[in-house]
Amino acid sequence: MIGQVLQLARRSVIRTIRQPANWITPLIFPLALMAVNTGGLHAATNLPGFPTDSFLAFFIAFPFIQGSLFATVNAGVDLARDIQTGFLNRLALTPMQSPALLIGHLGGVIVMGFVQAAWYLAVALVIGVRLESGVAGALVLFLLAVLIVLAFGSFGALAALRTGSTEAVHSLFPVFFVFLFISSMNLPRNLIETHWFRTAASLNPVSYLIEAIRSLVIQGWNWEALGLGFSIAILMSIVGLTLSSLALRTRMART
Amino acid sequence: MESAIEVRSLVREFKGGIRAVAGIDLDVAPSEVYGFLGPNGAGKSTTVHMLTTLLPPTAGTATVGGHDIVREGPAVRKTIGAALQEAALDPLLTGREHLKLQLALHGIRGVGRDERTNELLERVGLRNAADRKIGGYSGGMKRRLDLALALAHRPRILFLDEPTTGLDPQSRSALWDEVVRLKRDEGVTVFLTTQYLEEADVLADRVGIIDHGRLVAEGTPEALKAEIGRPTVEALPAEDTDASALEAALARFGELQPSTKGVAVRLDGHGDLADVVRALDSSSVRVADLHLHAPTLDDVFLAKTGRSLEGSEEPEPPE
Repeated sequence: MIGQVLQLARRSVIRTIRQPANWITPLIFPLALMAVNTGGLHAATNLPGFPTDSFLAFFIAFPFIQGSLFATVNAGVDLARDIQTGFLNRLALTPMQSPALLIGHLGGVIVMGFVQAAWYLAVALVIGVRLESGVAGALVLFLLAVLIVLAFGSFGALAALRTGSTEAVHSLFPVFFVFLFISSMNLPRNLIETHWFRTAASLNPVSYLIEAIRSLVIQGWNWEALGLGFSIAILMSIVGLTLSSLALRTRMART
Repeated sequence: MESAIEVRSLVREFKGGIRAVAGIDLDVAPSEVYGFLGPNGAGKSTTVHMLTTLLPPTAGTATVGGHDIVREGPAVRKTIGAALQEAALDPLLTGREHLKLQLALHGIRGVGRDERTNELLERVGLRNAADRKIGGYSGGMKRRLDLALALAHRPRILFLDEPTTGLDPQSRSALWDEVVRLKRDEGVTVFLTTQYLEEADVLADRVGIIDHGRLVAEGTPEALKAEIGRPTVEALPAEDTDASALEAALARFGELQPSTKGVAVRLDGHGDLADVVRALDSSSVRVADLHLHAPTLDDVFLAKTGRSLEGSEEPEPPE
């Protein structure tokens, strides 16, 4: 099955490379949004209790999350397109094992997630962000970023397999975006004064993913933040992969 | 000899109780080209999807290559190749990449994979276009690649679901040649669905005619046409008001047949075309068009279903 997974992951990567919009947008757009937000919200560092005097360092977690959303939706759309065009039937007619399709597909997403993480980190270092957790922290950051891409990617695959519709997968993007914006993206949760927003951000798992990445950049080794971030990413991955596997079994009704 | 394909009382129902396939029985011998003929929505593709293991049947049994389609799906898939109705190709991959992926998923790797890829590209005439993305291929090129993909792992049984729909005459002819070659040189069994009478007539050793999910006729094209027997005379009245007089004039030469164009009569031996012309002349019926034709598979379809296959179409059942 490993050979099948590698072949399908390779195809997924080739498809991404040959659709420049699928990799240029995730590489550029989150950084552009980071530049805009950093310019506008820099004064937030003057708030008493703000954890760092560099808003850039505080906000660098944002591109990691937004980039993973882009990769997820693009990959979900590719899978939905395979269903719509009948390419999934072509694959189903081969001895390919069903899990290989899902793992191979997500393998391509993970490769893209790894490239994005390397790019965001490189840009961050070039513009002067210092990684408090050092080289080891960078490795943990890569691991977490890839895990987050896998978690979101499994939900993108789930949407594709359940609906078989590229439009439905596209419609996920604004939903994911709402989760991103109602999080501790712009401010630490303890400094959010609007009660409902703080509550929503505290209930939102995306806050803990952001805070785990952020902790590696501005704090060093905050085990509580890392534990929460990794736990949520792993839990999301397990739930997403389980549901996707069930959806794949229904979608590929071959005997 | 064991059948390559054996189908017994096969049924497929979709949501809402729609029976796309309503209990068909058929046998296809090894190395036979079996033409499965019927209008759109008759149940051809649903049957192919069941026989290729992509869709579980609601009832009935079938074996393909000696393997049960429900209990031995993986074994069936190793035995067969299939080019389904839509040439489902990835527009971002090249022809060569498609073949390499297909071969790898069938467990063929390394030098053997490269050699087989080149061999197949050569065979379907795509060597020069092998490294171009599919997005730039014509319909005929896509169909040829689709066929190459179906043949990649040297299957003993090949399913072709309306392989020439939408193709230009040249591409159609090339595909026909390949089907003939596969049967003659490699002994491949071909299950071919088509809505083109000529295709079934030219390629198929035997034809099964399906309508509303049921097999309404089966046999060699020659035998089926012989059942119809004598030729048919079809006449188009010059004016609508001449239709009844035309019917009366023709009725004396045989049994009137349903006709989409005018009035048709299957000659019963009491006269030939010259007699018909003389009779029309003497009865002063004005005729805009008159022709005699030997029985075709469309006549067979007409005789069995009361409708002409040409232009006959049923809505596709929802999945």
